[in-house]
Amino acid sequence: MSSSSRSPLSDSQPNPRRSAASSEARPRVASRWLWFHKLGSPPYAYGLATKLRPWLMWSSLILMLIGAYGGLVLAPPDYQQKDAFRIIYVHVPAAIMSLQVYLAMAIAAAVGIIWRMKLAHAFAAACAPVGAWFTVAALATGSIYGKPMWGTWWEWDPRITSVLIQLFLYLGYMALRASFDDTQRADRASAVLAIVGVVNVPIVKYSVVWWNSLHQGPTISKLDTPSITLSMGWPLYTLVLAFMVYFAAVMCDRLRSEILKRERNASWLQENIARS
Amino acid sequence: MNLQSFLSMSGYGAYVWSCYGLTIAVLLWNVWSARRQLREAIVHARRRTEAQREDAARRGAGAGVPGEVRS
Amino acid sequence: MAAAGLGEAVRLVLARDLRLALRHWDQVIQPLIFFVIVTTLFPLAISPALEELRGIAPGVLWVAAMLSSLLALESLFRPDVEDGTMEQWVLSGQPLSVLLLAKTVTHWLLAGLPLVLMAPIVGTALGMPQSVWPVLAATLALGTGSLSVLGAIGAALTVSVRRGNVLLALLVLPLEMPVLIFGARAVDLAMQGEAVAGPLNLLAALLLLFVSLGPFAMSAAMRISVET
Repeated sequence: MSSSSRSPLSDSQPNPRRSAASSEARPRVASRWLWFHKLGSPPYAYGLATKLRPWLMWSSLILMLIGAYGGLVLAPPDYQQKDAFRIIYVHVPAAIMSLQVYLAMAIAAAVGIIWRMKLAHAFAAACAPVGAWFTVAALATGSIYGKPMWGTWWEWDPRITSVLIQLFLYLGYMALRASFDDTQRADRASAVLAIVGVVNVPIVKYSVVWWNSLHQGPTISKLDTPSITLSMGWPLYTLVLAFMVYFAAVMCDRLRSEILKRERNASWLQENIARS
Repeated sequence: MNLQSFLSMSGYGAYVWSCYGLTIAVLLWNVWSARRQLREAIVHARRRTEAQREDAARRGAGAGVPGEVRS
Repeated sequence: MAAAGLGEAVRLVLARDLRLALRHWDQVIQPLIFFVIVTTLFPLAISPALEELRGIAPGVLWVAAMLSSLLALESLFRPDVEDGTMEQWVLSGQPLSVLLLAKTVTHWLLAGLPLVLMAPIVGTALGMPQSVWPVLAATLALGTGSLSVLGAIGAALTVSVRRGNVLLALLVLPLEMPVLIFGARAVDLAMQGEAVAGPLNLLAALLLLFVSLGPFAMSAAMRISVET
């Protein structure tokens, strides 16, 4: 199946006038893969991110308000933990995002290094600080949650310990990136680290659970939430979704910054920037 | 539920509200920080583009000295 | 033909590294002295009483082994990168992953194996009973192998970073935490008279995993670090 005579990339340009001397390659691709190749094109991704951000930001805000109202007001207090359990509505989404973002980062890094896609590297770089902040939030809220419930500001239980190790993995990734001046080398070196890290994540989690079980027997993690009924559950799911949409919204800006860093001399950039 | 019980959270108010406050602060920080970095990146890119244009124009007009290095 | 060439290359790498190590044996024993000094810090910091030290002895030995292994990594790749040997290796037709694994083996021989031999003696100074020596040696033998591989990956990533030693530690220590957990806890279980087959098998499995996949990460990292 041959591609249309016009380049698949030119349809998607926010700027209809394209200079003849473009630095972008124009692959002839089967049209069913067009969406993938479009997505991998920095100008397309840049434009898409610009357009999507307001939608994502507002959706995330609405979801957060709904979820927070459900969690703080509508959900009935827990029998044992009373109103303190409401902390899970911020702690659990943060913890989930902490892991999800790392996975997304590692997958993007792998795509970037295997298929040499600059955009994938840009995505991975954009993920790291956001994921690290989610991890910090998860740690801090987990610690504060623990104080009234189990009497101490810190416990070495498997969940919070693996969140802590996750933070170390993020910090190491960002430190390695920062130690290279050249963006390309930073991209590729940190991609290797991310892949090695993500292979280790299940190993770390398993080892931490095993380590903890030696002392407590098969008891549940101290940060285990109370058994969730639907009236307690739906705000949690809403907020997890809200955090994901929020992540996408923030990524729009961060991805655009990373694209700008890597596309210094591309002509699409030069035309766009001068006009914006 | 009245405002009093809402704020006190059956005695755990300090813990619950500090968690929510902390989380909101992190979320707001990330939005603001991403925006700020984007604005800076656009400014940098614009400056670079203008500098390259000047460079090209000068060279096109024949006024540039071969081997002149632009910072 | 290529296989014969590779075997020869590996032999040459091993011989060269060991010969260099022998010539600079003073540098080779430094991490080992560090190991002893670090373990000495704990009785000084905590208590001279052997009953108190006995409980933490496995952990202390293992942490000291991790840190000592880290220090020995500094001289693993840097000299070869600096004098251009690594560039030759990258450009040579030989699979870089195998050559780097060979260098990692020398690291283990010089920085891991000695710890396996020294640990029982140092452990006794921390109140560890003799009955635990076999388990201690086994866990350290398997574990230091993993430490060498993970450390070599980190070393390959940071070899071109100026003053990258602390960065190396930040990258490698979190990855080594599972090895630490299984290794230290296995010795602990042995001291309590419980079965250690579980963690020992896990240590062996980890070593196999890291040795089979690690060299690819090492060579990818080294190419990135060395290319200009």
